[in-house]
Parts: sequence; C-alpha cells; structure tokens
Amino acid sequence: MCGIAGYLGTGVHPDEATALLRRMAGEMPYRGPDEQGISRADGVGLAHKRLSIVGLADGQQPMSHDNGALVISYNGEIFNYVELREALIAQGRRFRTDSDTEVILHLYEELGPDCLNELNGDFAFALWDSRRKRLMLARDRMGVRPLFYTEQDTTLFFASEIKALLQAPGVRADIDPIALDQIFTLWTPIPPRTAFRNILELPPGHMMLCEGRQRTIRPWWKLQFADRGTEEAPADPAGELRSLLDDATRLRLRADVPVGSYLSGGLDSSLISALAARAVPDRLQTFSVAFETHEHDESHWQALMAKALGVTHSSIRCSQGDIASLFPDVVRHIEQPVLRAAPVPLQILSKLVGESGVKVVLTGEGADELFAGYDIFREAKVRRFCGRQPQSLRRPKLFQRLYPYLPGLQQQTPDYLARFFGTGADAVDDPLFSHRPRFRSTAAAKIFYSADLKAMLGDYDAAADLAAQLPADFQRWHPLHQAQYLETTFLLPGYILSSQGDRVMMANSVEGRFPFLDHRVVGFASRLPPDLKLRGLREKQILKEAARGLVPEAVIDRAKQPYRAPDAQSFATRPVPAYLDNALAPHALSQGGLFNPATVGKLKDKVLGGQAASFRDNSAFMGILSTQVWLAEFPATAQTKQHIQEDFCL
Amino acid sequence: MTDGIHTDIRTFIIESFLFGDDSQALSDDMSLIDNDLVDSTGILELVGFLEERFAVKIADADIVPANLDTIGKIAAFVARKQVS
Repeated sequence: MCGIAGYLGTGVHPDEATALLRRMAGEMPYRGPDEQGISRADGVGLAHKRLSIVGLADGQQPMSHDNGALVISYNGEIFNYVELREALIAQGRRFRTDSDTEVILHLYEELGPDCLNELNGDFAFALWDSRRKRLMLARDRMGVRPLFYTEQDTTLFFASEIKALLQAPGVRADIDPIALDQIFTLWTPIPPRTAFRNILELPPGHMMLCEGRQRTIRPWWKLQFADRGTEEAPADPAGELRSLLDDATRLRLRADVPVGSYLSGGLDSSLISALAARAVPDRLQTFSVAFETHEHDESHWQALMAKALGVTHSSIRCSQGDIASLFPDVVRHIEQPVLRAAPVPLQILSKLVGESGVKVVLTGEGADELFAGYDIFREAKVRRFCGRQPQSLRRPKLFQRLYPYLPGLQQQTPDYLARFFGTGADAVDDPLFSHRPRFRSTAAAKIFYSADLKAMLGDYDAAADLAAQLPADFQRWHPLHQAQYLETTFLLPGYILSSQGDRVMMANSVEGRFPFLDHRVVGFASRLPPDLKLRGLREKQILKEAARGLVPEAVIDRAKQPYRAPDAQSFATRPVPAYLDNALAPHALSQGGLFNPATVGKLKDKVLGGQAASFRDNSAFMGILSTQVWLAEFPATAQTKQHIQEDFCL
Repeated sequence: MTDGIHTDIRTFIIESFLFGDDSQALSDDMSLIDNDLVDSTGILELVGFLEERFAVKIADADIVPANLDTIGKIAAFVARKQVS
C-alpha cells in the first residue's frame, strides 16, 4: 500500500512541478516509507510514496509502459494479479516486473477503463494515457483505499490524503458546514463531500476520466440487491460461503512480506484468522487491543481464540489516558471530525503491528454489514414488530435484549422504550426507517451549534439529502437489504474503512486487507435471502454455520459485542491534556464560529466532572472536540469564518 | 407551590439538557422525547433530580411518558406524589 498524488492541467509552472509533487507526497511519509518517485509530462504530474509489499525489487512507481505511453501511480493491491498475469502472458504479453502494478497497465492497454472489472483488489490509482491525453482516476468497489481531488482554475489536483492537496497552489483548508452537519447526523459526509470545502472524494466504485478540461465521473460498480421476494438461496449456502471466504483469505495472504491478522475476539476476525492460520501453518501472527474498562474489553475471548489457533499472539492495552493524549494525532490522520474515540485504539494497535515487523494485516471488517451483524438491523426488525401492536407492553422489552451493554436502557419501562426507538411515529415505508433513531439521537448534539452555523445551515436536512441519493430500485428491496445498503454504502467507506481503517493503519505504515470485502463475497451476500442472514433476532446465521468446525463454538455462539472504546469518559481522567483546554476555550470556539461557547463550556465541565453519560452528550463532546482539533490541525487562512459565510451556498 | 415546582423543573431541564441555553421556547406541553431533549440516561437523571429535590419516591412503574414527558406532566406528577 502506498500514497499517490498528482495534477492535471496548466496551473502548475513546469519549473515548480517537481517541488510541488515532492511536497504533496512528502505530506504522507507514513504511506510510503520505502521509496518515492515522480513522473512528469506536459501538463501532468504523478507522485508516489511506496510501501513495498509485492514485487519488492522491481515495483517502483510511478511505473511506465510502452516507452511512457502509459504511466501509473497506484495505491493498493490487486490480489488476483497472479492469475491475471498468467492470462495476459498466455495472450502474448511480456512483463518486465513481478509486480501487480504492471498487470494494471497491460490490462488497461487491452480493455481501457473496463479493465477495472477484472480486478479483485483494493486500490486507488491515477493512470496517464499519453496517446489519448487522458487521465483516469479509479477507486476500488468498497472504498478501502482513499482518493481525493480538487479543481483549482484549470488544474485538477488529486491525492490519497487531503493534507497532500493542501500543498497545491490555491487550495485552502476551510471546513464545509454541510459536511459537518452530515457528520453530526450520519457520522460521515455523503460522498463526494469531505470535511474540507471544495475538496471532494472519488466515491467508492467510481472512476473519473479527464480529457482536456472535461471531467467524467461515473460508477463502474454498484452494490445491488434482488427485488424483495426474488432472492434465491444456493443449494449449500454455508459451504459456498466458506469456500469463498477461504479463497478470499488465500488471495489476501499474497505478499512478499509477513502478513498478520487482527483478532478482536468476535466471530468475524476469528474466522478470518482461522482460515489464515490454516493457509500458513505455524507462521501467522495475530494482534489485539485490550481495554482497562471492563465493558469494552474482550481480552478473554482474544486469548481463548489465540490459544485455539496456536498462533503467535500480541496484545496491547489501551488506557483512557492513551485515548485522550493521542486524539489530536488521530484527527490529523483521519482528516475529519468524528463522534467516537474508536479510531484511537486502532491506531495504537497498528503501531504494535508495525513495531512487530508486520506490514500487512487481515481484518474481519465488512462481515457485520454483509451478514447483518450490527444491532441496528435487529433494532429495525423489533421496531417494525412493535409498530404492528403499538399497545403491547411486552414487545418493547425486546429492545433491552438487543442492548444488554447499555445500562440506561435496562431500567426503562416499555412505554419509554417504545418512545425512544420511535416504533409508533415512524412510517414503515420511510427509506431511512432502519436508521432514523440513530440519525435522530446523533443529531440531538446540534443543540451546541452556534447561531451563525444554524443560520448558515437554514433548513438543510442531512437525512433528506441522503434519502435523495438512494438508487431508484431501493424501494423494491427487502427492509433488511435497505438497511444493509445504507450501512455498506455510506458508513462502511465513510467511517469504518477510513477513520477506523486505512487512515489509522497507514499512520503506522500498515496495510489492512479485508477478505469479507472480496467482491465475490459481497455479491454472494447481497444475493442471499434475508433470513439466511438475520433469522429471528439471531444475527449472521449463515456466517455462523460457515464458521463451525473452524472457530470454537463458544466464540460462534457468544453474545454479539460491538467494537467500542471509551469516548468522552477518556477525557475525564487526569491530567486533562493541554490541547483540550485550548481547543474548547471560549475564544477558540468563538474564533471557529461553529459552536456556542457558553453551552459547550457547560458540556465540558460535565464531561470532565465524569457526569456526562448520555448518548447525546457523548456524541456532542466527541464531535465538538474533534472539530475544534480539526480546525487547529488544519489551520485555514486568516479569514476562514468570513470566507465560509461569504461564499457559502447549499 | 405548583409554580415553584414548575420553575425548579424548568431550571433543571434548561441546565441539564439544554446546558443553560434558555433562548429556545420551552413550553409546558413540549415533549422532551420528541424534541430530543432527553434520552434513556436523561430520564434516569430526571428521576434522580425529582427524588432529591422534591423528596418523593418514584417507582419503576411511574417512569412512563404519561408522567414525565413534558414540564406540565412532570409538575402534576410531583404534586400528586407529594400529597399521596
């Protein structure tokens, strides 16, 4: 895995191009500590930072082909490159290197942009076709690897991270109020928005073709579900799934460096680790993070699983003080405000991996989205169940079964449970039905917005914006598939794979690989009937069946425990980090212009006094603190606030 | 006396759930849940406040929106409890 950067257009003076490309790439040293390269032609420049994993000796980039007719700067891995290479050689093509990078160049020459359909991998790349004078930017199906861009006058700048773009002439770090409001509702901006105004991401599964001044952005892959009632179960779904996961894991073990695996103690990473341990007997290293707080810690299960697999296991304990002290560094890496501290322990974990001499780790991400593991899927089902008998006093008690780890809910009466989860008021044909309670409770944190921000946003509705972007056939899908689509298309790439994935792994030069996100597994899961995933209130049924015999029964049948970390409570420990006082000082809040200094001051006192326990207070504190840290980490030009107010339009 | 209860409850809600922001209209019949002023832990916070401030005992069965979802309902509930 690597970092890429570049430009296309006439806005960069030839004498300044090399220095600019070096500066852009230099902003992401951790993405490519092994090598750096630059390639330039008239009006186009590509830069590359390399983390060498495949083709160590001859995979340098940017890589050219056919005497410079094609040049690529590429971040990621093509896991089926061996098979693709063999097929291309059989067609008479000759390769200069053993790398997966060269495979893309040959495939592009054969198929043009359609070459993407052949790739099984996680990637973001820029490919310059000098014959057609065409630049192609592309990003993998699920959005594992990041790719951002911005247009300045006549020039397009692009990079793996936004901080590289900030080196380009004229690019400013201004917060996008709409994106902020989307985060304070949906947890993530809606693509292509980012937290930075006028800096966009290429959405997952999309490509951009640039010829002259023309930019064409189009999807090359989409997540699809069958119409409700037409889903079909294969003859042996568990066997087929196991076989697919086995192959997806096998492909993701391909590397010229050691590959490890995360082991959270849950089913997903346990299954992937088990499959990997079978493929590389006696060689797999596994890694875990542990917590001091009992309600977050899964050490027992991690140790049990490591012992069962007989792997070399390493664990690191993350304290609340660690979370508080590392938080600004994490915000700088993830480049957007967050409502949770969960990315921090994962950056601590990737540091352990890197220090252990391992550059690549497998993880279980994606299983909860594809096989209906998240509580939100069960919650939506219970809400529909309660909605059918609104007077029932028994049905709302199911909510307590869903959330045994939330003590506040255990003490509620059925009346209140029904009201909190909105079983009566929500329309069941609302496309966002499954996510309304989450969006509503998250958005409650907006009471801390400043009057200016409220005025700027006017009647903007982030949830309505999201609903407007859903595909036309969405309404024909089963409600579970609708909910899965929302999780998989928005939260997965926008938060899980970025803030808890690529960005905090690459911070320590570690590449994450996700067997569940192999497009064959994704396609298989999306075609399954809903009850093979969520049967009654039992999540991930088919996955549990596939895991039997590979993973101890105790792990398969344990109660689902979502990955969580201590959030606001981490900042109640002493000593309070100095940056926190600076970030939440009244003058800093006034200068930022986004939050009400008086109410935030009281929230801060409540949190530091250990009194803030509610979902809203927790989300609000984390969101406000991370936004204020974001403003400090990415200082804008002096007139930020005025610019936002003067230029702002929805 | 009811006025005093109303005032104390309103002050508590503004301080605890609106963090001192009294610029919003907060009528006696405004739902605390529908307006996202309280969540499941907020309700427990509210119950703790009522028990301490007004020296009443609140049974689990009393913790229902019919008693606690608006300032008016809370004040009436407390008044009933005090005389019972």
